[in-house]
Amino acid sequence: MFVSMNWIGDFVNLEGLDIPALIHRFTLSTAEVEDVIYKGRDTDGVIVARVVSVENHPSSKKLHLLKIDTGNGIVDCVCGAPNVREGLTVAFAKEGAHVCGTPITAAKVGGYISYGMCCSEAELGLSADNSGLWELSDELPLGKDLKEIYPIDDIVFEVDNKSLTNRPDLWGHYGIAREFAAIAEREFLPAAKEDLAKFSHLPAVDIDIRDKQNAYRYIGVKVDNITRHQSPVEMRIRLFYCGSRAINFLADLTNYVMLELGQPMHAFDLRKVDKIEVQRFNEPFTFLTLDHEERTIDDRVLMICSHEKPVAIAGIKGGLESGIEDDTTSLLLESATFDGVCIRKSEGILGLRTDASMRYEKMLDPELAELACARFLYLLQKIDTGATVISAASDAYVYHIPKIVIDIDKAYFDRYTGIDISSDRIKKTLSSLGFGIDRRGDAFTVTVPTWRATKDVTIKADLIEEVTRIYGYDNFEITTSTSPLYPVRPDRAKSDDNRAKDILVEAFALHEVHSYIWCDGASYKALSIDLPDNPRLINAQTPDNAILRANMTPTLLHFLAENRGFSSRYGIFEIGRVVKGYGENGLCNERKTLGIALCDKTADEEAAFLSVRDMICAIFRQIKRTQPLFVSYEPKEAFMHPANAYEIQVDGKAIGFLSVPHPSVKAKLDRKAAYAFAELDMDAFSAISPLDIQYNEPSRFPAIDIDLSFWGDASAIVFYELKKGFMAKGGEWLQNVTVADVYKSEEGTDSITFRFTFSSKEKTLSKNELTVYIEALIAYAAENQLKFKEI
Amino acid sequence: MMTEMIANLKNTFQEQLDAATTSEALEAVRVAFLGKKGPVSDLMKSLRDMSVEEKKEAGQSINALKNYFEEAIAQKAAALEKAALDMAVRSAKKYNPSIPADKEVGSYHPITLIARDVEEIFSSMGFTVEDYAEIVDDYQCFESLNIPKHHPARDMQDTYYLENGQLLKTQTSAAQNHIMKKYGAPLRAIFPGRCFRNEATDACHENTFFQMEGMMIDKNISISNLIYFMKTMLSEVFGKKINVRLRPGFFPFTEPGFELDISCLICGGNGCPSCKNSGWLELCPCGMIHPNVLKEGGIDPEEYTGFAFGLGMTRLAMMKYGIKDIRNFNSGNLKALSQFESN
Repeated sequence: MFVSMNWIGDFVNLEGLDIPALIHRFTLSTAEVEDVIYKGRDTDGVIVARVVSVENHPSSKKLHLLKIDTGNGIVDCVCGAPNVREGLTVAFAKEGAHVCGTPITAAKVGGYISYGMCCSEAELGLSADNSGLWELSDELPLGKDLKEIYPIDDIVFEVDNKSLTNRPDLWGHYGIAREFAAIAEREFLPAAKEDLAKFSHLPAVDIDIRDKQNAYRYIGVKVDNITRHQSPVEMRIRLFYCGSRAINFLADLTNYVMLELGQPMHAFDLRKVDKIEVQRFNEPFTFLTLDHEERTIDDRVLMICSHEKPVAIAGIKGGLESGIEDDTTSLLLESATFDGVCIRKSEGILGLRTDASMRYEKMLDPELAELACARFLYLLQKIDTGATVISAASDAYVYHIPKIVIDIDKAYFDRYTGIDISSDRIKKTLSSLGFGIDRRGDAFTVTVPTWRATKDVTIKADLIEEVTRIYGYDNFEITTSTSPLYPVRPDRAKSDDNRAKDILVEAFALHEVHSYIWCDGASYKALSIDLPDNPRLINAQTPDNAILRANMTPTLLHFLAENRGFSSRYGIFEIGRVVKGYGENGLCNERKTLGIALCDKTADEEAAFLSVRDMICAIFRQIKRTQPLFVSYEPKEAFMHPANAYEIQVDGKAIGFLSVPHPSVKAKLDRKAAYAFAELDMDAFSAISPLDIQYNEPSRFPAIDIDLSFWGDASAIVFYELKKGFMAKGGEWLQNVTVADVYKSEEGTDSITFRFTFSSKEKTLSKNELTVYIEALIAYAAENQLKFKEI
Repeated sequence: MMTEMIANLKNTFQEQLDAATTSEALEAVRVAFLGKKGPVSDLMKSLRDMSVEEKKEAGQSINALKNYFEEAIAQKAAALEKAALDMAVRSAKKYNPSIPADKEVGSYHPITLIARDVEEIFSSMGFTVEDYAEIVDDYQCFESLNIPKHHPARDMQDTYYLENGQLLKTQTSAAQNHIMKKYGAPLRAIFPGRCFRNEATDACHENTFFQMEGMMIDKNISISNLIYFMKTMLSEVFGKKINVRLRPGFFPFTEPGFELDISCLICGGNGCPSCKNSGWLELCPCGMIHPNVLKEGGIDPEEYTGFAFGLGMTRLAMMKYGIKDIRNFNSGNLKALSQFESN
């Protein structure tokens, strides 16, 4: 929204104030100013002049050679405007003048020297009208600078509409002027208006509000004998400076009052609309609006009708048929209040948002409708003196917004602000904003003005805002709180995430990435991975990105592929959310998940697989002091290799998987590289309690390592199970079993060497003492298809 | 006779000693002169045939000779050792520490780094760090935050909705209600999280971004405290004093609500294209928690007040690290991301 400081000046005396500084204060106290525009600053030297003679140009049909009376001599001018004629009073930019930044010099036009330029309104930046010269009144004194006659100089600023969402009262200059009055501590000057009671003896307008839920108030008044067609210059300049286009006097005047007071108004041609019904219709129908568009109206959209015929969409747009035309001389004026939510819904249904509906949807003050009506009639009669009010200002006021009264005291202000704002200041600020104040010492009973009472100000905290924003947050003394401190233990889920990241980055040189929560259809397709059957977004940007991801791996593999050439070996990981379908409660089963993926051109797939296995083990060992089991299983997900898919289990519960790509996926990846990946459910992981440290006093006697080699199938061994058996059979001195060496032969019979570590706390062991246990271990191995290799 | 022999022996010894340049050659000299078959041993044997007086005189001479040989050999051995060490030092290969290290180094996502920064600062001020879901419902994201249906504020946020009516959270404030109910008052918590808004992406706009929400609730929490905590946190994050200003801002879940601006980091507040010549950058909506929101969270607004803020972490990371294109965050592009090596 654009705000003209000249217009603001109608309601608060700004004399002697630094206007740019004041606008800056508005940003800090009310709403952010996005731009400040200095209108007229780059125009000077434009005067009132008269065309004394017009001669055709010898060779141009368009150009004319003029003699211009500047009030201080006659000058030559070449002009191409169509409406130029002898005796016309024009805006003339003399030699040396500036017109919107363009310097005017004596220059040859069509072979003749022109000592200045006759201007159109558009050229002067006063309207969009560039159809011809601006025709000035003949009564204006020749030679006088136009800036001394018309308010061409103005400072206009723009406020983002979004920052006014909660302030219906700021959708017009009047409300903004009230803010300036409070900020500048100057008096707010009420708008001049007609006394509506004056017309109460005249015949009433027939107004029938049939939908009392959605129409709060409807004031209608009839005016006749309107003869003026064009708005006064001052009004047109203001409208144009505020982003509105001048149309005709009546349309301009409704716009003017809307921009001034924030109250949308509608003028019906009295020949077509002389009584009003406000209602909704059960059956849908189409309606032609002022902009020549056919709109489909359904049972939710509130309509204005006359004699049962729809004539306007309430609060949004008028109908084409009932609008005022060039020959309109009598009108029925609407000044009404509708329910904000109803208008908002209708905007959505119609896909139509207008300057009027933007205001109505904020929930306007019904009292404003009366002020706007009175102001309109005042301005109308002042500008078009013959206009006559021919009806009462009939007022169907069906819903009064309840009055809001708030009790508050200074102590509450002190507590909420943390600073000391005096009771005098509180009273002064609230009064300046129009609040009613009953003060008893440091206690106040505050009556919220109607224009703030529709939704905006309802509770004590709202009053805190009113006082503090005018006080200025820059003026706050800032202090830390006096609240006692309590020890804070980090959340385990949070610290587990952080430690897992540290391990992966620092010990394994992985790179952390982030990716979207939805599957990217294109990259799944590129990897031959089917999109999962998973919850979908109903308003995704592209249908390809609608399905939420069920796994991390596909995106991570895609990232690995995208980073081809980054390094001969690189791994990435992400801790993010995946969705495992819907839960029993119908809600998405969201799981925080760690995904790891590795690309390695320096080793084979098994080595890559074991590298990722090592990462998972390190995470378990370092965070939980435990080791997970990797149990071969048949994966649901088709991107995993069925032969090498392992569930990561803790206490019999699956909390992730470790695998390598299915050959169909692998075929889409770099053939020279090996890939492996794992996922870990971090919600389940953080639920695991870390084991306590198990301390064993070390033996003072040396340990003996015994290596035993066997023939067997290395890939068939489940080492942690075998180890469990060995530990059970190996006697009390057996401390540990590790794999010392695996030699894979071509024929499928591998040589596997286990290292058994024995030690005693009482003595140095001799090999002889261990013979019986070694035999037991060999026997156990034989039970597990491991044949002892004679040495 | 004896004296002459000894003098000859010394000469021969000196010649051989000088010729020995290795420890092995020196050992050969030692064996040759002091060994069982050497001249000293022979001389000793010759004593047997001498008179007592001759024996005494000759014995002293032989001992002196033996000592002379031993000392000379020891000196020579020391010299050879020193020469060998000198040689080892001189001939050693020179190493070059300037060649690039080949150890791979991992990296953190910039959001992780900035979040840890902020978390550390707030933890040190007694705030707990919380985590929350990305998929929430209408109550959590809107209703509990004093944003009823058809409230104009819903226009500000383009929400992603799911088929079952749930939605992707548009703001970390969606966790406020949950955390109030979890802890009650008094309360100090921050909760980083990913937020989603359905808008077209370009270098400055992303549909997926991170915020850091914070709340502090106690009996006397004031606007003055809010400004203090925000200013302290931002100064710590940027490692220098940061000027902040508050402007009124409207959020249904705050009253009063503010937009917090920081002095432009690029121009220092003088005005430049980055701050649209205003000298200020909009960084963080914040405010006093609306009494209705406290009430909905089970906290008595007559007894307690509190502030909340929603820091744009993605934006903060862009400012702190000078990341120009917001799309880098979710790109998986290691050329960009691998630069964030450690904390």
